[in-house]
Amino acid sequence: MTWTWFHRLGSPPHIYRLATRLTPWFAWPAALIIVAALYGGLVLAPPDYQQGDGFRMVYVHAPCAWMSLMVYTTLAVASAVGLIWRMKVAYAVAASCAPIGASFTAAALMTGMLFGRPMWGTYWAWDPQLTFELVLLFIYLGYMGLRSSFDDPQRADRASSMLAVVGFIDVPIIHFSTTWWNSLHQAPSVLRFGKPTIALPMLIPLLMMLLGFTLYFVAILLVRLRGEILRRERSASWLREAIVS
Amino acid sequence: MSGSAVLPAAEVRAVPSAFDVAVLALARDLRLAFRKREQLIQPLAFFAIVTTLFPLAITPRLAQLREVAPGVLWVGALLASLLALEFLFRDDAQDGTLEQYALSGRSLTWLLFAKTAAHWLLTGVPLALVAPLAAGALGAPAASLPSIIAPVAVGTLALSLLGAIGAALTLGVKRSGVLLSLITLPLAVPILIFGARATELAIAGESFVAPLELLGAFAVLGLTLAPLAAAAAVRISLE
Repeated sequence: MTWTWFHRLGSPPHIYRLATRLTPWFAWPAALIIVAALYGGLVLAPPDYQQGDGFRMVYVHAPCAWMSLMVYTTLAVASAVGLIWRMKVAYAVAASCAPIGASFTAAALMTGMLFGRPMWGTYWAWDPQLTFELVLLFIYLGYMGLRSSFDDPQRADRASSMLAVVGFIDVPIIHFSTTWWNSLHQAPSVLRFGKPTIALPMLIPLLMMLLGFTLYFVAILLVRLRGEILRRERSASWLREAIVS
Repeated sequence: MSGSAVLPAAEVRAVPSAFDVAVLALARDLRLAFRKREQLIQPLAFFAIVTTLFPLAITPRLAQLREVAPGVLWVGALLASLLALEFLFRDDAQDGTLEQYALSGRSLTWLLFAKTAAHWLLTGVPLALVAPLAAGALGAPAASLPSIIAPVAVGTLALSLLGAIGAALTLGVKRSGVLLSLITLPLAVPILIFGARATELAIAGESFVAPLELLGAFAVLGLTLAPLAAAAAVRISLE
């Protein structure tokens, strides 16, 4: 009995209805929290004593960078669930995650470059974090490239899931190696905002942004998941009934 | 299989272990490669050409080339090894050998491990032996040349293992070369970083134990996990 909820997660109609019902419960809090956090971060928080107002880019950049890894984790866990339990819905979740994660990674790169201009005086520096984000973007692109190169959707699911799991083992090593690589070439350039010295009025909007972005990701994921299920189940009878009724 | 890996009758009765079967598969791959020598020579020629391009593109001055030599060597070795990876499973998948491996009831993990080991012996080890020559041509001091072999040998082993997964995943894809690079190269970033650093230190005549050990750790991780993942990927591709 206790496992019924888990088995029901494998049913596309159940997930489709659940996703439809849950989307507003994530989308609205996400919107409210992001707006509140933006106000807190852009207006209420004091300017940084060294970086002035430029540091406010952190309120977009850091959540994007955080989400790029968070989405990859979701992608890899969903892939593993799909491979282990042969769960169709898990593959659909993984497929829905990839473009979202790639977008967050691209956003993290772009905001990082905009951040770099006032801080480093150049848009691009081979900063370890930024380089890592770039490699992560390539990993997302490779995943999506592999997925789209199969005609058979089931093989695309399983092969790309395998790649996602392999990548999940490799990503921490890549992160370590890029950090190690750059620390040999030059001293960590300029800012590491993660240091505990960040002031509370600056930190609270940042944490709210992280929460808001996470909720936003879940909302977008649910929308994409519904699209993915519609596409995969387009010839299923439950779908016809759901649409007609 | 062209009868090259037929077991002697006595061994069939004794049921050879997974390791024995893997040794046979390795011997078969090596024998096949030596009968088709161009597959052996092409990656090396590619590596030599890439290494030649850099002095032409940058500068003929050895003092400047010495600074970029580790990077040139590693990018060349990475691409040469990747070029050969595309054919790691390709022929065997097309003539059905891989399917027979999967159906044989033997451990597919061990068989693919043998194929990967053959790939390393046929491309990685020759690359490691040629790398000192290329480094010398790029201005590395003669005394440092022997120490360049170890990082390249370990790094190409790690790359063969990592690439085996990618090659297995792209088996069912037409014109998989670019895709294979796209999925393998980002994952190979640690190999490049540790390998180039080890080579840089070796050329400078310093101790390169730390990056070599990290490279070795990555290779050991690959040794333990990559054949398992490659076997799973081959099964997906064969379905």
